Parts: sequence; structure tokens; C-alpha cells
Amino acid sequence: MATTTDRYQAMFTALNAKHQGAFVPFVMVGDPDKQTSVNIIKALVEGGADALELGFPFSDPIADGPTIQQASIRALSHKIKTTDCFAIIRDVRDTYPDIPIGLLLYSNLVFKRGIEQFYKDAAAAGVDSILIADVPLREAERFIAVAKSVGIKQILIAPPNASEETLAQIGTQSQGYTYLLGRAGVTGAETAAATPTHELIEKLTRHKVAPPLLGFGISKPAQVAEAIKAGAAGAISGSATVNIIAKHLAEPEVMLEQLKMFVSEMKAATQK
Amino acid sequence: MNKLNSKFGNFGGMYVPELLIPALDQLEQAFIDAQQDPEFQAEFMGLLKDYAGRPTAMTLTRNIVSNPLVKLYLKREDLLHGGAHKTNQVLGQALLTKRMGKTEVIAETGAGQHGVATALACALMGLKARIYMGAKDVERQAPNVFRMRLMGAEVIPVHAGSGTLKDAVNEAMRDWSGSYEKAHYLLGTAAGPHPFPTIVREFHRMIGEETKTQILEKEGRLPDAVVACVGGGSNAIGMFADFIDEPSVKLIGVEPAGKGLHTHEHGAAMCKGTTGILHGSFTYIMQDDDGQIEESYSVSAGLDYPAVGPQHAHLHDTGRAQYVAISDDEALNAFQLLSRKEGIIPALESSHALAHALNMADEAEEEMIIVVNLSGRGDKDLAHVHSILGDVK
Repeated sequence: MATTTDRYQAMFTALNAKHQGAFVPFVMVGDPDKQTSVNIIKALVEGGADALELGFPFSDPIADGPTIQQASIRALSHKIKTTDCFAIIRDVRDTYPDIPIGLLLYSNLVFKRGIEQFYKDAAAAGVDSILIADVPLREAERFIAVAKSVGIKQILIAPPNASEETLAQIGTQSQGYTYLLGRAGVTGAETAAATPTHELIEKLTRHKVAPPLLGFGISKPAQVAEAIKAGAAGAISGSATVNIIAKHLAEPEVMLEQLKMFVSEMKAATQK
Repeated sequence: MNKLNSKFGNFGGMYVPELLIPALDQLEQAFIDAQQDPEFQAEFMGLLKDYAGRPTAMTLTRNIVSNPLVKLYLKREDLLHGGAHKTNQVLGQALLTKRMGKTEVIAETGAGQHGVATALACALMGLKARIYMGAKDVERQAPNVFRMRLMGAEVIPVHAGSGTLKDAVNEAMRDWSGSYEKAHYLLGTAAGPHPFPTIVREFHRMIGEETKTQILEKEGRLPDAVVACVGGGSNAIGMFADFIDEPSVKLIGVEPAGKGLHTHEHGAAMCKGTTGILHGSFTYIMQDDDGQIEESYSVSAGLDYPAVGPQHAHLHDTGRAQYVAISDDEALNAFQLLSRKEGIIPALESSHALAHALNMADEAEEEMIIVVNLSGRGDKDLAHVHSILGDVK
């Protein structure tokens, strides 16, 4: 059993003391290319991100809308490999030893490398958690076992339509945080998340799940504030962040400035 | 938890976002109930007989085989309403859609055969259909696009990725994850997450059951081999299902070798692929060393898919079925031979199975009865084949 510091727990403890929720931006590792990607991720931290959620590019991302699909295509067109993704994360980890870093990716990338090898490599790169978009609870057992053996937290998704049985299992199994889906559908900033359901968050609390972060369709500071008011421990914003990258591909300096500004505005909305 | 077994050995499973699990569970339950409901079965059987035209004929070829030791039969799914076997299971799933109280149907299509089948079933049952189709396929299968639209379906071209079947599946799954309350995803092949591979097999198993009855009537014994083409694998699993427990019957699946297995331009997921996860299922897929899915290729749009149904992966690994590959050229040759020798124009997909059966026939040194599942008719391929061959003399 590897021992790593529990960066998520440390983050939530520190935020609670400041009466803040967490703001967690998502970007695709390697988008649009290796060096810019490192700069982008660092800009997110400089802008005030509490934690990072990082995607690995995949050819067939069935849970993603057009914005994040395009990010994958950009990265893959620069021939980004899984090994490059880990190198980029290692670079970020060396610069920021304390920020929680989570991966959000698809199962085939993990399978192909071998589950054990993938998790070991992730741990070595400084990753804290892994969420696999197409591994539901009922297929998660062996991933959770490997995650535990290398000291990585397996993040579970609580969708709005989850049965009590599913929520109860998330309660027993979840570590780090719980990814709370604000609505049905795929990722994307174009559809706003439905009002965060107090009901679902109350249910989650009843099942004692790891702190819920609300994701899917979060693009504005007001949505972050609402999520936290509804009882979420924070919010994750993917497509809105990636949109800034897509919009400023030709002017990387502007892109980095815009990203910092976006993150700091979203972060400001986490004050309770 | 699942009520039916979601795996075939190590293969299969439900590798989909948690969000889709309730919809898949609902479908599994509806399928279990329907299988035990005599009214559902009566309606399904009635549609198959009176609307689709089952049982389909089985034809002994007269001229195409020169080896006197061999009898080659064709199971005539090309005669089914809609022009291919696809109609069978679509009628079943459309009935399930109504049973679940859903009013919309989402589907993906490659060659357009599943799209046409979906469109006709939805027209018949008053369901609203939207069908995702790779942009490249929309172009090369124009007559089927027109057929679908004529029957009231909305056809949505998918430009992402390679613009073929796999991208259409991605888009259909994305749609479904936002629309599952009203819409059923009517998946068109024996692939994808549980319970689709099982449902699709059970709604096609009459192909093999009829074949068994017909061959026993004609020959008084079981065939030595049944041969079917494999893209996702629905017509093949429909043909195989009733023969799996008959060890004397060889099960042979034929994958598309495209421009050759030594090239990258093929769709032979089992002959050349490795294990991995695509579209919700652990199975054989075509991928690079990082696990990125590779684009498949075949002259036949219906076989142009970089994965295969999980039960085929299991039949392959256990050795119960054998999988081989046939190139574009061999398939095109069989396409012309059947037209010329027997007066039957086969689908390019089915031409792959036929080509392999003809090779078997040539090599046979003892008496042999072979049944080829002639899964579809070739009308949809005429323009495409014409453009490849030019004017046939």
C-alpha cells in the first residue's frame, strides 16, 4: 500500500476553514500541443484553481459533447501519447506539490496499458484520483482494487437518475470526491445544468459519500455559487474552460490570460 | 445488478457512463418480461410472418459450385422485407420500445440496412425515428438514405471521426444519454453494452432455427458448416445461435479483409485485432498501442466496423467458431458469380461469406453440406459496385 498525502482531504479542510467551496477546471492534456498544454494547466493553477481535473485524449469519447471531442482531436493530431500525458502531469506536479490532480478518461486507454501499469504510472506522475467515464459502478471493482493498491482514489459518478442502490454503493466505495452529474446528456457548456438538486445532494449526504463536486454544464460564476448553495463541495467546469482554449488557439498569450481570468472569476464565486 | 448474464466468458459487460445504466436495466427487464409474455411473442411472430415474410426460403445452388461432393445452400435473408436480416430484430426492439412506453427511437446505421429496417418498423408502429449515419456512408449509400427519409425517419449525417459506423454509434450513444426517458436506442448489431448482444441474438435466432428445420427436411441431417459474414456480427450470431450446441456443425464467421490483412485497410477485428473496449463492450477491436481506436475499412459499409460483438469474441477464444477474412476483390468476385450463375444479386456483406464458402467448396475432398447466410440483397450496392467494376460485359 503506497502512502501518499491525501491532497483532496487537505484541500477540503482548508476550504472549509475559509468558508469556500472548490473550483475545479477541466482541460484535455496535450491540447492543443505538449508545451502549450503545460502552460495552460499552470495558468489554471495561477488563476486560483483548487484542484485540477485532466482528460486524456481518446478517439471515441462517447460521454463528451463537441467541445471536448475537439480538444481530443487537437491533441491527437499532435500525436500525443499516454506517455506524453504522464510527462506533462509530472511537470505540473513538480511545480505544484500540493494541488489535487484528478484524471478523467476512457477505459480503453487504461486497459491497453494494463490496469496495474496505468495506475502505477499515474501514481508516479503525481496523480491523486482517476475517474473513468465509461466504467460504471458495476464494472468498477477491479479498478477500485488496483487504485487502492497504488494509493490512487477511484472517483465515482453520481448521476441525477441514480437508484438508491447505486447511491448506497457510492457511499461505501467513494474516495476523494464524488462527481455529481448536474443533468443528463453529454459534456458541454451549451446546455446549462438544471438547478442543482438539493434532493440529490441530501440523498448523497445521507449515504455519506465523499464530498460532491457538481459537473456538466457549469460555465458561469453564478452556477458555481448556486452549486455551493445547494450543498455541493464545489464545481467542475470543463467545456467552458476548453472553449477559451479553442477560441484563442492563434494567440496563446491571450489564451493564458483569459484562462486565468476565467478561473479567478469562477473561484471568487465559491465564497460562502 | 443484472438479471441476465452480462458477459460471455471474459467478454461483453457494460462499459458505459453510469447515467445510461438505468436505461439499460429498464431494457433488460422489458426484454425478460417480453420473452415470457405469450402476447408479445404472438405479436412478434405475427409480424415476422405476415409483415416481414418469414420463414425465408433456403435455396440449393444449382450452378455456382462445380465440386460434385458439395451442396451449397443459401439461407435467403435477402428475401426478407427490407432486403436484409436486420428487419427481424428491429421488429422485436420496436415492440420493446412500445412496451417501455417510449415514443422515439434512435439508431445508427452503416450500410443503411439497419436504418432502413428501423425506419420501416417505426413507420409501422408510429414511432419517431432519428438515425445517425456517417457522412461518408450517407454519400456511398444514397438510395438507402432516400428510403429512410421516404418512410419518415430523420437521417442525421455524422461528420466526426472517420464519418462511418463507429462515429454514428458514438453520436447515437451521446443522444441517448440525454434522451433515454422518451427514446429507445435501437442498436443494430450484436455488439454494444449488455443487454444488446443478448437481445439482438435472441431476436435473430430464428435464422438458425429455420435453417435447422429446413436442412433436416431436405437432407435429413445437419449441415457440416454454416457460414456468415461478421461486421458487428448480428446475422452471424442469428445463424450460429441454434447450432452452438451441435458440435458436428462448424461455425464460420467471415470478416472483411478489405485491401488485405497485411495492410491497415481492413475491418478484421478478430483476425487482426486485440482485446479492448469499444462502445460499451470488452471484445476484439482495432486499436493502436495506446488504445486509440483505428479506422476500419471495407468495400462493404455494413462490415466497416473496428470491433465485433462480444459473443463472437468468446466463440473465437473458446474455439467453438472459426473466423476468417475475405478481401474486397474476393467478395466482388463472389458478388458477380452469384449474380451470373444463380440469378441472385447478394449484398456485398453477404458476398464475403459466399466467397469463403466457395473456397471451402473448391477444397472439399469429401461430401459436404454448407449453408451460407445470404444476409441481404445487393440492390443497395449496385451503384457502388458499378463504379468499381465499370460496365460488366
